[in-house]
Amino acid sequence: MDPRVEILLRLADDALILGHRLSEWCGHAPMLEEDLALPNMALDLIGQATALYTHAGALEGAGRSADDLAFLRVDCQYRNCLLVERPNGDFAHTMLRQFYAAAFMEPFWRAAQASSDPVLAGIAGKAVKEIAYHVRHSAEWVIRLGDGTEDSARRMAAAVDALHPYTGEMFETDTVVAAMVAAGVIPDPATLRPGWDRTVAAVFAEAGLRLPVVTYPYTGGRSGRHGEELGFLLAQMQIMQRTYPGATW
Amino acid sequence: MSAARAYAAAAAVPDPEVPCVTVADLGILRGVELVDGVAVARVSPTYSGCPAVIAIELAVAAALRDAGFTPRVERVVSPPWTTDWITAEGRAKLRAYGIAPPEGGADRRALFAAEVVSCPRCGSRDTARLSEFGSTACKALWRCGTCAEPFDYFKCH
Repeated sequence: MDPRVEILLRLADDALILGHRLSEWCGHAPMLEEDLALPNMALDLIGQATALYTHAGALEGAGRSADDLAFLRVDCQYRNCLLVERPNGDFAHTMLRQFYAAAFMEPFWRAAQASSDPVLAGIAGKAVKEIAYHVRHSAEWVIRLGDGTEDSARRMAAAVDALHPYTGEMFETDTVVAAMVAAGVIPDPATLRPGWDRTVAAVFAEAGLRLPVVTYPYTGGRSGRHGEELGFLLAQMQIMQRTYPGATW
Repeated sequence: MSAARAYAAAAAVPDPEVPCVTVADLGILRGVELVDGVAVARVSPTYSGCPAVIAIELAVAAALRDAGFTPRVERVVSPPWTTDWITAEGRAKLRAYGIAPPEGGADRRALFAAEVVSCPRCGSRDTARLSEFGSTACKALWRCGTCAEPFDYFKCH
C-alpha cells in the first residue's frame, strides 16, 4: 500500500477506535458532566477519523469512502495502536488511556500543522485544538483519582500497571513512518517521546502515581496484530453494514 | 444570476444548533462562485465532529436551489476554521441570545492556562466553569457568580 495512504489509515484508525471506545460510555457515565464530556471527546475523534479516511480514500483512488474504510475492513486490516483498543474497564482505565493517547496526539497534531500535505495540515489545525481539551480533562481526572480516596488511588495505580506497557507503540518507527517523516508529511513520533515523558511525569507527580518499569512492551497494531477485544468492538461498530450491506442514511 | 446574489442566499442560512447566527456570521461560508452555471459554495466545518456539518451543507444547498441556482457544496478543511473568524455582528448576536462569545484569540490559550469569561446577561467577570464540555461540541457550561445564572460559553477554538 502507498505509504501516504497507510499513514493516514493508522492515524484515522487510532482516532476512530479511541472515539468508539469513549462512545461506549454514552448513557453510562458516573455523572451528567461526564456523560456530556465523554461523547463530546468521542465526536471529536470520530470527526477527525472521518476527515482522515476521506483523504485516505481520495489518495488511494480506488473509490473507497470514509464509511467503506471504517465499516468494511476486518480486524487484521486495522492499523491502530493497541492502546486505543483496550477495553474501557473502570473510569480510571478510561481516563488514563485517554490521557496517554491525548498527551501524544496533542504535540503530534501541533507539529503536523506544518505537514507537506496541505489537507493533513488542515485536519491537524482542527485536531490540535480539540485534543488540547482531552489532555486537560483526562489529566484532571488522573490527578483527582490518583490523589483521591484509597479506592480511587488503587484503581488508578492498577490502570497505570495495565496500560503503561502499551504506550511505547505510539513512538515506534518503521519503513512507512520513516518514509513519511522524510517526505515532511508527519513529525517523527520518536522525537515526541521526551515531551510526552515530561507531561506524564508532571501529572503523575501531582497525582502521587509511580511510573512502572515496563519489561514487556506490547506492540503489533500497526501491522494488524490486535487483541481479541478489537474483534468485539468491530462486530458492534460494523453490524449495520454487515447486516444490511450498502445501507445509507 | 449573479455570484453576489448566490452568496447572499447562502449567507442567510442559520446555524441549525445556534439559530441566532448565520453561516456568514460564524465565518464558515468561505465563498460562493458561479462555475459553468453551478453555484459552488465552499463551507468549512467548525469542529471535526460537529453533527451539524452535514445539516449546514444540506441547508446551504437548499437555499441556493430556492434562489434558482444549481448548487454544489464543497467542504474546505484547510486552512482550518477558528472562532477568530466569527464576525463582530455574530458575537453580538450570540451575546444577545445568552451565549458568551469566545474571548481573546484562538492561538493565545496555553494548554493549562485559566480562562476569564464575561457573563452574557450581566457582563460580570466573576464567572466559573462548570464543565468544559457542553450541550454541543462548540460550547462549555459556565455560571455567573454575580447574577447566579448558568450560561453557555462558545469555546475559543
